Amino acid sequence: MAWQFTSNRPIYQQIMEEIELRILNGTYEKGMRLPSVRDLAMTAAVNPNTMQRALSELENQGLVATQRNTGRTVTTDEEAIKHARTVKADSLTDTFLLQMKALGLTKKEVLERLAEREEKEEEHGSNS
Amino acid sequence: MEAILEARGLTKRYGATLALNNVDITLPKGKIVGLLGPNGSGKTTLLKIAAGLLTPTNGVILADNRPIGEATKSVVSFLPERTYLPDWMTVTDCLDYFTDFYEDFDGKRAEDMLGRLAVPANKKMRTLSKGTREKMQLVLVMSRRAKLYLLDEPIGGVDPATRDYILNTIIGNYDNEATILISTHLIADVEKVLDEFLFLKEGVITMHDTTDNVRETQGKSLDELFREVFRC
Repeated sequence: MAWQFTSNRPIYQQIMEEIELRILNGTYEKGMRLPSVRDLAMTAAVNPNTMQRALSELENQGLVATQRNTGRTVTTDEEAIKHARTVKADSLTDTFLLQMKALGLTKKEVLERLAEREEKEEEHGSNS
Repeated sequence: MEAILEARGLTKRYGATLALNNVDITLPKGKIVGLLGPNGSGKTTLLKIAAGLLTPTNGVILADNRPIGEATKSVVSFLPERTYLPDWMTVTDCLDYFTDFYEDFDGKRAEDMLGRLAVPANKKMRTLSKGTREKMQLVLVMSRRAKLYLLDEPIGGVDPATRDYILNTIIGNYDNEATILISTHLIADVEKVLDEFLFLKEGVITMHDTTDNVRETQGKSLDELFREVFRC
């Protein structure tokens, strides 16, 4: 299944986000060898040069490392992953709060809603 | 960056019709480039000139630093809009035909790809569907180890699944030394695979940029930009 992209931002950035997400949620495990650029490009149905660019930028960010013989691997640096997760979570939280604000809710009301949701889920025995 | 295709003042006239008007192009090595424009804008004429099938009325054009001619045909692989494989040829005949014609033809690779299509080797072209014949032709063209591939509307007139197969074949065979120039008006389908694009309008190149740059600076896709530029 080809990856989905939105039309208003560069594709390499969207690929970076997708791979970052896979690293943060453990789909691509720590130290795991990544598929080759060509294979990734074919799976995502994008230009290999674009995939290459996305991977190089992730390398600059320290989430991906290049070994001489084994190709590209996910970093084994747990701190780097933890840091990236914090940054991502903060940015998603900002977006969420902004959307709630646009809806006219105060921060207090947002927190109340979250607490309410928590209670409801406990009642239904859901733990997700 | 080293150029694989360069044109200066390229002009082609068919009687009173000006198909290409003073076109300047420089295409670097190792890129997938879209040649985009509405019907009748001169895309096929440009590709045919680069392939050595038409001679320009005026101007200079070089492929791999040499004037277009016999020598450049050995490094340029052209996919015409319509297949030219004779009806009576079998799949094996076609492979032999390409092996005889082109030194850079990788028969093993072609057989691998055809294997995935599940076309029996003794099938005649006449008995294949239009879509299968087009896929067959593309496999032959992409199995050459060329420096420049010219693909004229490779995804026109085929169903979406076939389109995916074709784009995958292009991506899977691409090596970063070669350049692929793809003409099409189905932009939404190809824009994910394009590094750069050219807009061709009434025989004139009106824009040459990278796909990323359009998204970065204008916040829109190539498809959206095309619809704006070529609004009827």
